[in-house]
Amino acid sequence: MQVRTGVCGGARQPEASHPNRYRRRASPVRLHATGLRVSEVAAMVVFALLIINKAGGLIFNRTFAPGLQKLDSNDYLILAGTFHGIHAISRTISPAPPVQPLPGNRRPPTTGIESMESSHFRLTCFQTPTGVKFLLFTSPEQPNTDAVVRRCYEIYGEFVMKNPFYSLEMPVRVEKFDRALGAYLVRP
Amino acid sequence: MPGVNAAAPVLDFDGPSTVPITPAKPFQSRLRYPSNRKTIYDRHLNRTLTASTSLPAFAYLFNTIITYHHAKSGSVNEIETRLNRAGYPLGIKLLDLLLYRQLRVATRPTRILDLLQFIHTTLWRALFNRPADALEQSTTKKNEYMIVDNEPVVNTYISIPKEMSQLNCAAFVAGIMEGLCDAAGFGMEGVSAHWASASEGQEGKGEEMWPGKTIFLLRFGEVAMQREEGIKAAGG
Repeated sequence: MQVRTGVCGGARQPEASHPNRYRRRASPVRLHATGLRVSEVAAMVVFALLIINKAGGLIFNRTFAPGLQKLDSNDYLILAGTFHGIHAISRTISPAPPVQPLPGNRRPPTTGIESMESSHFRLTCFQTPTGVKFLLFTSPEQPNTDAVVRRCYEIYGEFVMKNPFYSLEMPVRVEKFDRALGAYLVRP
Repeated sequence: MPGVNAAAPVLDFDGPSTVPITPAKPFQSRLRYPSNRKTIYDRHLNRTLTASTSLPAFAYLFNTIITYHHAKSGSVNEIETRLNRAGYPLGIKLLDLLLYRQLRVATRPTRILDLLQFIHTTLWRALFNRPADALEQSTTKKNEYMIVDNEPVVNTYISIPKEMSQLNCAAFVAGIMEGLCDAAGFGMEGVSAHWASASEGQEGKGEEMWPGKTIFLLRFGEVAMQREEGIKAAGG
């Protein structure tokens, strides 16, 4: 399992070669809290999206691929809270040096866990400038998870933030958001 | 100015009567003007024809309007009425503006059908850059007409929560239409916006594709209908 931290929105650390990744296939690692296991699903697939608000509460969760192990809603809440705490801890003990912002730009928020990978899934975390975290669970071979999670952020900005009936930091129950997300992430 | 000595740079507070009051600065507007000092009011009316505003900018403004009225209203009907009243003055002004901007010399529509065509094409093009989708006359009532829009632009980012599923924020556009019709001399009983619900048998397939399909119901007043009958009878 490898955990990667980096500056939010800044330059990534240089990719070292990862021979361990292939060796680990022999002993599959399952992150205990998620319990996500793939039966036989195509390589390029998004499994789930979770959105965590500033306080660490889960405000949205949805699974996209069929054949995933079902978790009940309590488990998702626990997962979100746990991740929020771990993210905060990793922010304080991160060994990555703080990046100097370009002149005229605000200093980017400090680093925390950006991605976590095992042989079965990859977790990508995108933190917005307002403190909302987007957790994306994909298969390890999925390329461009950055682009995918940013597109999810865009859809969120469009249909949740511009909705007059959505109160901030509350659970997201917005029909157009679900529809747009389904259109983007569900492979027919 | 009490207590201020122009020669002394230091302010001295001997007592409340000697506290200096700084003079009021002259008002300086922070609005940005182009270098030729022309504002939007100096522009020719036809020049803004091709310019369009950004949809998100409108969406945020509309958002605030809805939130404001939602906070002040008790029921869905009241919110719709308030949105209707909000759009009404726009319709009155738009009638003259759109007639002025038409390329051919245009006259105010005097027949119901002309008015409806004007709304269906000219008004919709000016507001949303496309004509409306359908224009129908009601079979049950003579004074009711319907304009159908498959996906009102004002509703692009709005999802109604389940407890208010009746509310259609296109009531704002209905208000614009009502203002326009009233200014054109056709006293309206009202214009309202409704979701194309599944109760209509043949519409069922329609709103699978267009979940936001909206029907604007225009109800003409008694006076307008009688005038229309009179013109028709006189062979107009």
